[in-house]
Order: sequence, then C-alpha cells, then structure tokens
Amino acid sequence: MTSTLEIPVMTPPPTPPIPVPSRLGQSPVKPRTEANYAIVVKDFSFHFGARQILDGLSFEVPRRAVTAIIGPSGCGKSTFLRSINRLNDLTPGSVYAGEVLVDGTSVFAPATDLVALRQRVGMVFQRPNPFPKSIFDNVAYGPVLNALVPKRDLPDLVERCLRAAALWDEVKDRLEDSALGLSGGQQQRLCIARALGNQPEVLLMDEPCSALDPIATQKVEELIFELKQNYTIVIVTHNMQQAARVSDCTGFFDRGILMEFGDTQQIFTAPKQERTEAYITGRFG
Amino acid sequence: MNRRVLRRWISNFMVGTMIFAVLIAVLPLVLILATLLVKGVSSLNLAFFLKTPAPAGESGGGVAHAIIGTLMMVGAACLIGLPIGIGAGIFSAEYPSSRLATITRFISDVMNGTPSIVVGVFAWTLIVARQKHFSGYAGSAALAMLMIPMVMRTTEEMIKLVPHSLREAALALGYPRWRTSLAVVVRTTLPGIVTGSLLAVARVSGETAPLLFTALGSQFMGTNLNQPMGALPLTVYTYANGPYEDWHRLAWATALVLILVVFVLSLSARIATRRIFGRYG
Repeated sequence: MTSTLEIPVMTPPPTPPIPVPSRLGQSPVKPRTEANYAIVVKDFSFHFGARQILDGLSFEVPRRAVTAIIGPSGCGKSTFLRSINRLNDLTPGSVYAGEVLVDGTSVFAPATDLVALRQRVGMVFQRPNPFPKSIFDNVAYGPVLNALVPKRDLPDLVERCLRAAALWDEVKDRLEDSALGLSGGQQQRLCIARALGNQPEVLLMDEPCSALDPIATQKVEELIFELKQNYTIVIVTHNMQQAARVSDCTGFFDRGILMEFGDTQQIFTAPKQERTEAYITGRFG
Repeated sequence: MNRRVLRRWISNFMVGTMIFAVLIAVLPLVLILATLLVKGVSSLNLAFFLKTPAPAGESGGGVAHAIIGTLMMVGAACLIGLPIGIGAGIFSAEYPSSRLATITRFISDVMNGTPSIVVGVFAWTLIVARQKHFSGYAGSAALAMLMIPMVMRTTEEMIKLVPHSLREAALALGYPRWRTSLAVVVRTTLPGIVTGSLLAVARVSGETAPLLFTALGSQFMGTNLNQPMGALPLTVYTYANGPYEDWHRLAWATALVLILVVFVLSLSARIATRRIFGRYG
C-alpha cells in the first residue's frame, strides 16, 4: 500500500497572490505631513552589552496606518519593537542611542514616564499571554491601573474593547470565566482587547499570528485592518503574505540595518534594494 | 524477541518500579496514621480537647493548654516568619542575580539543613538567657527562624515558574515593576505560596526540640506568650517519656490531636484562599 500518498496535505489559507496586496486600494494613502507621523525614528542604535543589534535606523511611521517590519530571523525586528515601549529595559546591558519619538516626545528622555508611555503604546506578543484571570478582568486590568475611566463605566469599556477585538460575540456570556479556557486565537484577540483597554495611540504587534492556526490568523488580520482606522499599528512579521496583506508601509531590516522603507506596494512590487528583492522572493531568510 | 514487545516490557517494568517506589514512600505514612488512630482514638473525648492535664496519678484531663499553646506560638511564628520569608523569596526571585539574593539564597539553604535543636539553642541564648525566663515568645521566635528559609525557598521556586511572557504583558500595560511583581507574579503564584507556607506551618507545628529550650512547656492553661507555654509536641514528648501506661496512651492521643490541628489549619487556609481570591488565584 502506498500510504505516503494518502497523508493529507494541509491547505494554506486563501491568500491573495503577492506581490499585489489586495487591500491596499481600499485605504486611501494619506498625505505625508509631519503631523501624520506617529513615530519618528532618528539615527537609532541599540546594543546589548558589547553586541550591536540595531544600527542607525531612521524612518517615520505614519499615523493610523499599518507599518510592517520584515526581515530574516535575528535582524533586530523584535528588539526594535520592544525599544518603542522600552520593554528592552528589563534586559541588563541594554543601551539606546539616537532617538525614537512617539508623538514628538522622546521615549528615551530621562523624564519619560514609562507607565504613561506604555499606556499610550500598547503591545501584543508573539504568544497569547492572557493573565490567569477572568476575561473581563483581563481587559479591565489596564484601565483600572491607569484610572482611565470611573468604575461604573468599566463594563462599557470592556464591551467596546472586546467588540473592537471581534471577540464580544464569542465571550459575552462568559465574561467571568477564566481567560485560559479560550482557544489560542481567542486568547490572542483577548490580548489585543486588553491592549485596547488602555486606550493607546500606538499598537505594537510582535508576530501576533505566529502561534495561531490559519483561520485564527485570518481573523486577527481582519482585525488589524479594522483597527488601523483608529490606531497606529507597527507589526513585526515573518510572513511575507501577511505583510503584503495588512500593511500600508513596510520596512525591511537586515542584520540590524534598515535596508529599505516605503509603501508596501512599492516594496513588494519594485524593491529598490537587491537584498530586499532577494528576501521577499524567498531566496534567503 | 520483537523489538516492540521488548519496549513494551521495559515500559511496563519502569512504570511498575515507580508504582512500587510510591507505595514504599506512602507506607510509613499510612502506618504512622494507622498506629495513631488505633492507639490514640480510644483516649479522645470532648474533655481531652477542653481540659488541662489531671495531676499525676489521677485519670482524665486533657491537652487544651497545649492546643492553645501550639496555636498561639505557631500563629506568632507565622506573623514573624511568613512576611519575612515570602518577602525574601519574592526579592530573590525578582532580582536573581543581585549579590544580596545570591547570599540570601545560600544562607537559607544552609539554614534549611540546620538541625532544629541548634535553632532552639540559638533562640535560648538570644532570648531566654537574656530575659532569664522561658517564654512563648522565645518559642515563636525559634519556630519563625525555622520557617523563614523554608518559606523563602518555596516562594522563590514558585515565582520562578511564572512565565516571562506574563510579566511582560503586565509591564507592557504600564505596570510599574513593583506592581507587576505583586499584582501579577505573586497573584499568579499565590496558591503555590500558600502551599509552601502551609508546609512550613505543618513542619514547625510538630517541632519539639526548639521548644524544649524556649517555651519549656507547662501543665497549666495560659495565654500569656511571655510565660512558659505548653505545646502539643512537648506534651507528646513528656507523656511518651513518662513511666505510666496511662501517659503513653495520652501521648498517642496528643499526637493524633497534633495531626488533626495541622489538618484543620491547612484545610481552612486553602478554603480561605479560594474564597478570597477566587478560582483563578
């Protein structure tokens, strides 16, 4: 019996063919003026001890749009993302140089209030990491901490966030259940709702779909597309199709250097750098 | 022999060995409990819980003074020992590479191996010798000293199990470092910390040696921690050493009461934790 032929082949999720991002046409490209930049990166470098991770990055992240960061493993994508909300501070030996401005204020200035910064700049991680609490409490955690709304408005806020994260209909009858009982995809959407609870301006997403199955991935991608009406989103992804599908701008990182930054359409159809083209077409990385 | 059959046999053998090990491990425990029940239960009655010892030669009497003494001294030891132990555990888990944490960890490991009688002698020199009288306070201090390293190490190990991603989630929401530690990390590990604390409480509730040098023991009802105090393990010790057959029976019964007290303490602490902190705590 030729059993090898009968192994079911996992069908990939329906994806628009690259390099033609299907949704780009739907979002009118906003005029690029200073006020439209949510994050400005100026000659930013980063070291872990003696090891240089990022070198001389300079680019602007447009407001209320999705910016994708792509690049081979170990190129510093996540480190860059975690510099914006200064989560790298936890790692001993972190040294920042240059500037990252969120809404015109430096995140590295000594006067920076980390609590306020992280309230404005939310983050979603690679693996869903809900707190071992109820679904409601997960979303309410941030707003309660930062005293964003009076207590009686909490249920409203939680509902709004869960709706925005496209999770409300699935959980509205079990808000008091443990968040750990949700599926992986639901947990990740809950983590997005939790980040939204803080009413941030910027949402950092560190490979938010890499631990999810294709259907959950699709849901999260649809969600990202919705969220960019109100939030500036920076997403790190390993998935080229995903970058092409969801983002308006794309930055290509390679060995700690920003090789190319531009409109997603341009990066994927007419990359200026040979290295970018090589990566996008899958010749390395 | 077929390879697969061989593997299955090896697997069965290994599982069997482990079941055997478990049985061996549980056997002494079952034997002790059974002996206590058989020999002790006949002497148990309401008076045993409510009365103080009868004068030598007379029958009847109880160990109420020792129950009170044990509860008070262990309670006081918890008040001193748990905050220090849990605090030190949190610190050395949250700042694992700091010099202070390294030293504390080493010292508490050494202290965990110190014979409890040494701790008793230490408390004697520190408190009893200075006050010039035995006291419940000295007993509590000795018990607390035994608890601190145990509680610290279990707390630390529990906190180290918290996934890093959970910590990051809290920090990314804007939680300051200290609040992340308390509200997220400690909250998540709370059942583990409670378990560790209960183990320590159970362990010190049965300690005799340190109390011999500090609380001394007493035959009378007393709630003054500044006086010599009775305690269940001390009563067991005294009765078991005594010459009378009657006393030996009382020793068994007292040991049974000690186990019951620890059992009730553990159970109520667990229920209380669940009540206060809900299912997710």
